[in-house]
Amino acid sequence: MEELVNLFHGFAVALQPFNIMVMVLGIVLGVIIGVLPGLGGANGVAILLPLTFSMPPTSAIIMLSCIYWGALFGGAITSILFNIPGEPWSVATTFDGYPMAQKGKAGEALTAAFTSSFVGALFAVIMITLVAPLVASFALQFGPAEKFAVYFLAFCSFVGLSKEPPFKTIAAMMIGFALAAVGLDSITGQLRLTFGVTHLLNGFDFLIAVIGLFGIGEILLTMEEGLAFRGGSAKINLRVVLQTWKELPAYWVTSLRSCVIGCWMGITPAGATPASFMSYGIAKRVSKKGANFGKGEIEGVVAPETAAHAAGTAALLPMLSLGVPGSPTAAVLLGGLLIWGLQPGPMLFVEQKEFVWGLIASMYLGNLVGLIVVLTCVPVFAAILRVPFSIIAPLILVLCAIGAYSVHSSTFDVVLMLVFGVIGYLLKKCNYPLAPLVLAIVLGDKAEEAFRQSLLGSQGSLGIFFSNTLVSTIMILGLVALFWSVIQQGYTRLRGAVA
Amino acid sequence: MTTGSSSKTGPTHKLVEAGITLLIALFGVIVIVGSLKAGINWGAEGPRAGFFPFYIGIFIVASSGINLWNGLRDDNDELFAEWGQLRQVMSVVIPTAIYVGAMPFTGLYLASIVFIAWFMRWLGKYPWITVLAVALGMPIVTYFIFERYFLVPLPKGPIEEWLGL
Repeated sequence: MEELVNLFHGFAVALQPFNIMVMVLGIVLGVIIGVLPGLGGANGVAILLPLTFSMPPTSAIIMLSCIYWGALFGGAITSILFNIPGEPWSVATTFDGYPMAQKGKAGEALTAAFTSSFVGALFAVIMITLVAPLVASFALQFGPAEKFAVYFLAFCSFVGLSKEPPFKTIAAMMIGFALAAVGLDSITGQLRLTFGVTHLLNGFDFLIAVIGLFGIGEILLTMEEGLAFRGGSAKINLRVVLQTWKELPAYWVTSLRSCVIGCWMGITPAGATPASFMSYGIAKRVSKKGANFGKGEIEGVVAPETAAHAAGTAALLPMLSLGVPGSPTAAVLLGGLLIWGLQPGPMLFVEQKEFVWGLIASMYLGNLVGLIVVLTCVPVFAAILRVPFSIIAPLILVLCAIGAYSVHSSTFDVVLMLVFGVIGYLLKKCNYPLAPLVLAIVLGDKAEEAFRQSLLGSQGSLGIFFSNTLVSTIMILGLVALFWSVIQQGYTRLRGAVA
Repeated sequence: MTTGSSSKTGPTHKLVEAGITLLIALFGVIVIVGSLKAGINWGAEGPRAGFFPFYIGIFIVASSGINLWNGLRDDNDELFAEWGQLRQVMSVVIPTAIYVGAMPFTGLYLASIVFIAWFMRWLGKYPWITVLAVALGMPIVTYFIFERYFLVPLPKGPIEEWLGL
């Protein structure tokens, strides 16, 4: 009941005229970011973060989270009309969305995608409203060992659930941890890994890494692939929207299943991309029309879009309640909170009630605004994609440079951004995942602090991580997640041997 | 946009991947050396500054070793990229590096104008009028959004000083 009252207070904050304005602005910018190849949600939020420095924190986080929702919506537009997934989680949407567009059903596919995205997000926001305060109050009892165990679980989930080879995921993650360690050690106040370079005293800022790895790296990949845009026209009108809405309730089982898959994958930080693939795969196997999947089946659009949006939204639950972001974009949002002097985690619910509930209320409103904006403005957004890449690319590069410079007003950061860009291009081509690297840069300091404080309490014994039921359970869950693929293989072999 | 070359030659995936893995391992060694300098044993405040990164470095070197082994065992004869594709990539990397390098001396605006103009004219082959419109338009819009409206200062050079911006 108390949550409901808090939520109403949150709505009062989110419904202030300035906040509604930043919400619409955020959604529009987000959709543009989602539509443009080479600009993803994480990168877009990172570049635009400086714009929010002069705003109150609540308005700032509303704008940034709306950019995120917008980017999630925008990915569907390019997938369906141009067969180009603007975001990795939109890849599964191309399987049926693009064939639908080719059959002249672009309007239906887009309406189905946007509506499903909205349903997925709404489900996840309701879940956050109900669960986040409980998780946060539970997490208030955490000591350093429990805190470290939560980080351990988060990182192990990446290794176990990633589609990239596990040792590549570990290597990428450890690079992130090492970069996070550079500079002043927060416990002893000693300098480390700087090798006398004064620019490295403050360490590597993860925003610079995000802009380079995701922004510049993606542009380089696009240049290499020699992208050409060829797509169908996007006609969408009220009749098509209403007709599709009449059709959609028939797929309620698929929607509900996708919502659950999405929420689960969002909280365990597997993210929106595996959620969309898993949801599509299960829908294909279970559906009566499974054989038609890939040929332009509307259910094949509903499943991945619902799951991706539910996952993207659910990723904010661990960020708000535990201080562990569930996706790279959530990590950038977390970085934003730190910049404004807010400490994400359980204390946020106690100390910054207005902020947390304003943000949660804005998730409801932001997604509604998003649905209206994308349904009414699809042709405009599709037109952006027709601007040739040789105009878009330098503009994105300049925007990236501005974003990188603005973080600390330092031109050295712009140089770093370019270095990270080239590294991102090479790592991505060699199948190293970038998301765990970024998350490790963001969380490295906190994970290390929790680890060292735990060891200090136990006089150096690792037994502290198994010293009570709570911490042991989380650590064991982490180990299960770490060896998940091995466990799965063993189970399959065992079943084969029994059969 | 098309790639510059039709021939199917270029560095192999295996070779480049091995190179990248070795570089990552080298990074791991640097982390280990840096950690040793900072101290990896137990101090008055508990584990010393190099303790955590030391083990991170060991993880990097060990996982790189496994990745190298896996990569070399793999029967992957695919190309990493064709030479023409790499030329396309370098045609962005080199000018961007010059752009970034020039920024502290010329300021962001002048460097951006030249960079956008070069990109559109050389890679896009656009007529000068379009090139000038975009190359001048973008920095002007940037100035008003970032500096005037959101009060985010951007690097300026002698021209901006002369204009009194």
